[in-house]
Formats: sequence, C-alpha cells, structure tokens
Amino acid sequence: MNKPTEPGVTGADQILDKKQRYSAGVLKYRQMGYWDADYSPKDTDTLCLFRITPQEGVDPIEAAAAVAGESSTATWTVVWTDRLTACDSYRAKAYKVEPVPNNPGQYFAWVAYDIILFEEGSIANITASLIGNVFSFKPLKAARLEDIRMPVALVKTFKGPPTGLVVERERLDKFGRPLLGATTKPKLGLSGRNYGRVIYEGLKGGLDFMKDDENINSQPFMHWRDRFLYVMDGVNKASAATGEVKGSYLNVTGATMEDIYERAEFAKELGSVVIMVDLIIGWSAIQSIANWARKHDMIVHMHRAGHGTYTRQKNHGVSFRVMAKWLRLAGVDHLHTGTAVGKLEGDPMTVQGYYNVCRDSYTKTDYPRGLFFDQDWADMRKVMPVASGGIHAGQMHQLIDLFGDDVILQFGGGTIGHPAGIQAGAVANRVALESMVKARNEGKDIKNEGPEILRKAAQTCTPLKQALDTWGEISFNYASTDTSDYAVTPSVA
Amino acid sequence: MMTNPTGRITQGQFSFLPDLTDEEITLQIEYGLKKGYAWSVEYTDDPHPRNTYWEMFGMPMFDLADPAGVMMELQACRKTFPNHYIRMMAFDSTRGVESIAMSFIVNRPASEPGFGVVRQEINGRSLRYTVHSYATDKPEGQRY
Repeated sequence: MNKPTEPGVTGADQILDKKQRYSAGVLKYRQMGYWDADYSPKDTDTLCLFRITPQEGVDPIEAAAAVAGESSTATWTVVWTDRLTACDSYRAKAYKVEPVPNNPGQYFAWVAYDIILFEEGSIANITASLIGNVFSFKPLKAARLEDIRMPVALVKTFKGPPTGLVVERERLDKFGRPLLGATTKPKLGLSGRNYGRVIYEGLKGGLDFMKDDENINSQPFMHWRDRFLYVMDGVNKASAATGEVKGSYLNVTGATMEDIYERAEFAKELGSVVIMVDLIIGWSAIQSIANWARKHDMIVHMHRAGHGTYTRQKNHGVSFRVMAKWLRLAGVDHLHTGTAVGKLEGDPMTVQGYYNVCRDSYTKTDYPRGLFFDQDWADMRKVMPVASGGIHAGQMHQLIDLFGDDVILQFGGGTIGHPAGIQAGAVANRVALESMVKARNEGKDIKNEGPEILRKAAQTCTPLKQALDTWGEISFNYASTDTSDYAVTPSVA
Repeated sequence: MMTNPTGRITQGQFSFLPDLTDEEITLQIEYGLKKGYAWSVEYTDDPHPRNTYWEMFGMPMFDLADPAGVMMELQACRKTFPNHYIRMMAFDSTRGVESIAMSFIVNRPASEPGFGVVRQEINGRSLRYTVHSYATDKPEGQRY
C-alpha cells in the first residue's frame, strides 16, 4: 500500500515507477506528479500565481502541489482509473515556490495548466477549476489567486468586449480626453420622473454619461420600464441641448436571463447607446449579455458589485487583476477599476495594474503594479476603465496623471451635491477636465501644478470655484489593504 | 441661442473653455505631432451629433511635422468657410488604436441655433426620438 512520504526522504518527489505510483493508498501531492521544479512552462499553458498560507506544519511545496492537484485532477487518494487517461497532461504542475516578502507563513506558488484542461470560450469553466474546490481545501489556511497568464490560443477563443474603447469613442464622437459620468443619487427611492430629472440636468450640464446604481433594478418605488422611459427622455433632450451624443447606463440586471434580455431589448428600442449589468449576475450571464450586445451595437457597462467579497483580503480570494482579465475576455466595455484617490480601496500602483490589464495590447510583467506575468492580448478589444467613488473636481490633476485619457471619471456626489445644482456640478467637472487636458498637452507638469491650473480655471468659472471651495480639501488617505508585496527574493525551491 | 451652460455646441475636447487662441491651438498641434499623429482640418454646416463625416479640407497631413504648416491649412479653411464649424482632428495609426486621438472645434458660426427634439409617440408610452438641427432646414452653404 502507498503511504505519504515526508519531504527530504527518498521518494518524496514524483514517483516514476508506475506500479508503485498506482498502488492503492494515499500519497503526497508532490509524489503524485503535481510538483515539478524542473518544469518549463509551455507557451500554450495557463499560468497561475497563488498566494498560499499552509496550515501549521504543512510543507510549502506540498501545499503548492496540493493547489495544483485540487485545481486540476487530484482526489485525496490514488485511483487506478487515472491509468485509462493521458493523466500527466491533466495534472497541473506547481513549479516554483517563494516566501512572500514580509508576510511570514505566506508563499507565492506558480502553477501551470495544460491547454487541454479548459473548454474554449468559457470563463465559467476556467473559474470552476482555478477558484473551485481548491479554495476550500483544508491543508491551506488561505489561498489567493494573485495573477494569471492565459495563452494566446485560449485568449483567441473569447470574443472580448462587444464594442471596445476605441469604437466606443468613435460612436460617441469623443476623443482625446477622459469621459465624464455621474451616478444618480440617491441610489434608491426616486420615482422614474424624479430620476430622469437628475439624468437630464447632469448631461445637459456637460457630462457624457449618467449611470444607474448597482442595486437599482425594479423596486416598488420605480418600475424598470418607467426608469428607462424617463431616462431616455432626459438623454435625448440633453443631446439636443448640447449637440453631443449622450448616454445613461441602463441597469438591466434582473432575476433571470429572460428578465435581463427583456430589459436590454427595451433599452435598445428606446435608442440607448449603453446598458449595464452587475458582476453578481455571474460569468455565464455576462457572456450571454455580451453576445446580445455584439448583435445590437450596444456598449456594456460592468459594475463590479460584489467583487470585494473575492478581492479585498490579501491572503484569500482572487485579485481584481485576475477578475479584470476574465471580464475582458468575457466581454464588457466598461469596468469599474478603482480610483486610487477616492473613498474606496486601492493602492495607486496596484490600481494602475488593473487599468493596464483593461487597456494594454500586451501587458508586461510589472511587479510593483502586481503584474506577475506578460499577457499577450492578441489584438483583443480594450475595456474602458471607470474610476468612480468619492472623487471630485479638485483631484482632476491626480486622476489624469494616474490614469491618462482612456478612462471614465465618475463624480456622483461631486456633481449632484454641488451647492449650485446638478448642472453647475457638471460644468465644474467638465471645465476642470478640459483645463487639465489642455494644460497637460501644453507641456505643463499637472501633477505639481494641478491645483494652480484649477484655481486659474475657476477664476472664469464660478461653478468650479464653488466645487473647489466645497471639496477642495477632501481626501481619503487610509492605508491600503492590497499592495503587491513582491520583492525579488531567493526561491525556497 | 442654445440654453446649455456654454450657450453653444459642446463637441470636442475644449468646448467648455474660452476659445483657444492661435498660439494655444499651435501648442495642441505640437503635442499631437510629438505623439506621431497626423492632423486634419474638417468643416461642416451640419453639426448634428451623429453627423460623423464633416467635409475634409484636404487630406490628413501625414508627412507634415511643422505645426506652422498645419496652422496655414486651418487659416485657409477659416478664410474659405468663416461661418462654418471647423475642427482639428488628429489620427493615430498605432496598431490597436487606428482611430482619432484628438478632436476640437476651432471655428464656429456667430450664432448657434442648436437642435430640437422631435418626439414621435409610439406603442403605449414609448417614444421615438429625433434630434433635429434648426440650421439644416436651409440648404447647404446657406445655413449660418
């Protein structure tokens, strides 16, 4: 009978003798073939970096092998039916383990997956393996999927964003500056008629987009059809008043896929350029609505509601950079990716890493930004990142310096809470934005001269002056809970 | 007279700012040239938000690296069409972009009547919307 052998003892690594390997019993994962320190990943492999916290007394290499095993073919005991298959192909292989700098007890584990393991074009299938059973596995106190490299061969099985940021700009006729948006507030309670008022005022004042909030669906105070009808009246009226294409993300999230399609169809009939879904609808629903959107020339706005349950804790879950990669493949056009300077979680470098994942043609390894692998996007369309949550006009220079032009800046409270009204709030944001883009293009150092540029613009723009007087000093400086933790250190194996 | 906060059409990168001076336009052109963009001058008397194709005042200036040359084209366009909308467009041919990278208005008619919304009542409470330009009721060339 097979028995697990401790590391360092002969036979602790993969057992090559087949008769011995497949004798009934229990083996260490590393003995079963889920650890291979000499493995050199193939171009067609999917590579994952996990941050693992083994239970006391569990060897980190065995823990890494267990992650590889439990996210691919392993079960807890030896099974002879493995021998009916080309089982070595199906075994994921942990191939490197390093201690996480400054985090005792935590290890980075690199695992490679053969391309045969995944169904083409299915995020549901990828996630069922990579973040499935393995995350409940007892020998680990915690595990986090930090980053992933998907091979071009797999990337090309996905259709990606239905519109993409380049085509979105062409449709909207807006170039060379970030887009401006605002989320309608209060989140809940407005009637359809009152809600449409906020849309109209914000868009006429100068915003490009207004937005439904994530939890506005079809509650008793506002049926979804009422919301869509009043919102689209506001959108069209504002478009005529300004001569610009305008939009409002109509949240089509519903209880069933049938509800979601019904709502999306109505948005299309009313001439909306954009619909919105929440992350919590799930991967299959996201890919379905992306297919629908491709067919109907629709931009899909993704609100990442719920992501914090996976992404926020550094020791357990899935990093948002992995979620962003999967969402780009699944097919969304807008994705909330954090603000770095606003009210919600986010270390600036880490957040920039998420932006790169959305917008790069080829993402380069960049440890300080949490990017552990090169990722070739194979010309896949790009996602427009959205910065939303506790940001205001007084931070315009920081936002443009951090994120560049291809981003939607959403100032909800910063528009609707303006002392002189919603239109004035919109004007303040648009003037701040245009002044900063112009100054940057003229060669000014906006990171340092930003406040001065804003003050100067405010001299001829009362709404901007009022905004700066109201919020100019507001900032949210809390320590981030999610930094990359990477430093080049010697490997344990 | 349009009633939005600027009183005018707000297309392009800088419509909320005071009109750019020629010196300021030159700085923007320089920025685009440094990025490797090709500049183009376009004009129209139909600024409908969905009117994608303004008339080209010549072809994009692919091989022109001197902002003064681009400004000469703009001045010539202004001279020919003093009452039209004129915009500067910068094209980026980078793989994965291959689109417009900058766009801003540099000439406008003295008076901008703007647009109205035409609402067609259909199917219950649904509406079909048309954004209608007051100026385009007149023939091309006689609108502003």
